[in-house]
Amino acid sequence: MAKLKETVLDPLSDNNPITVQVLGICSALAVTIKVETSFVMSLALTSVLICSNLIISLLRNVMPSKIRMIVEMTVIASLVILADNILKAYMYDVSRQLSVFVGLIITNCIVMGRAEAFALQNPPRLSLVDGFGNGLGYSAILIVVASLREVIGFGTWYNYQVLPLAYEGNGLVILAPGAFIIIGLIIWIQRSVIHKVEED
Amino acid sequence: MELLNLAVKTIFIENIVLAYFLGMCSFLALSKKVETATGLGMAVIFVLGITCPLNWGINEYLLNDGALAWTGNEQLASLDLSFLNLILFIAIIASIVQFVELVLDKYFPPLYQALGIFLPLITVNCAILGGSLFMVERDYTLPQATVFGISAGMGFFLAIVGMAAIRKKIRYSNIPPGLKGLGMTFIITGLMSIGFLCFSGIKL
Repeated sequence: MAKLKETVLDPLSDNNPITVQVLGICSALAVTIKVETSFVMSLALTSVLICSNLIISLLRNVMPSKIRMIVEMTVIASLVILADNILKAYMYDVSRQLSVFVGLIITNCIVMGRAEAFALQNPPRLSLVDGFGNGLGYSAILIVVASLREVIGFGTWYNYQVLPLAYEGNGLVILAPGAFIIIGLIIWIQRSVIHKVEED
Repeated sequence: MELLNLAVKTIFIENIVLAYFLGMCSFLALSKKVETATGLGMAVIFVLGITCPLNWGINEYLLNDGALAWTGNEQLASLDLSFLNLILFIAIIASIVQFVELVLDKYFPPLYQALGIFLPLITVNCAILGGSLFMVERDYTLPQATVFGISAGMGFFLAIVGMAAIRKKIRYSNIPPGLKGLGMTFIITGLMSIGFLCFSGIKL
């Protein structure tokens, strides 16, 4: 039980997939203009991650290690196609805004990385929990970055007006440089809190 | 002229790394040395330049709505397989990378030596898959797709080599401990991205 708890909580801060393991940065930056899009993206990634970890963990004893990359790719790609089509069917507007980034979950290193690093060595139940934990860690950072960018950039949060209407949006935060700098600062804060220093 | 315009737009204004955040993982991990950055950049130009036109063909003659009309079979012609594009594109990319590796090893050993371990890494670089997906989303024609592929690769090359050079310069700077490494790299990338914003609006 203690191990399960640790597997969920560890990726939330000490071993966060984005700020500490440096995985899956691309989508973390691209979809965080609004909280709504990043929420949907987190949901999509977390479900793909949980399913792929579970399936790969179930397959871990039957698949030959030589072709394991191809098997993993196929499993992940099929799950992503599923997620992409579900989004297109039920949330067409958000899916338009996410554009190619749902498809890019395939090459998102979190999914592949967790499959290689965790699901291949651990039983299904633990892998499922690991997928969930890493999905949460990813979502947490995404939501924080998106909240900052949306509030500063548009004065809204999840499309609700939170700052007075007279607030003039800050255009730079919505553009690419804003995302880079905000994520840099979040990494700084988080690493200072958990005292992780990278030697260059 | 239109193609040249597209090339300038893709390299500078809509830089694949600095404006679309694609290929960030390898951009962050391999920008510590100028030599490795150059190697990776070359490999990306090469692979993007090949996979974009190829995936364009796959999309146009196999997957799109009514793309199979050339077979002359009515039932095939009414198929829309575009939902398969993700899995097919990634398979094409993986096999092309493998193929390019074999050809280079046999016929151009010096180039193979130079690109070395970077070729296999490219399969999972999201810039490559992203290039193909953008090309589909924007309905490019074959010449446009080719130019887009090559210039997207050049944009990546420019960004990663620049980044590597800056990181070399700041190696002995006094940076706060938590910001060292990844954090600082992000902030520099942000500043580079601001620099590239100046290109926006340029039209030939």
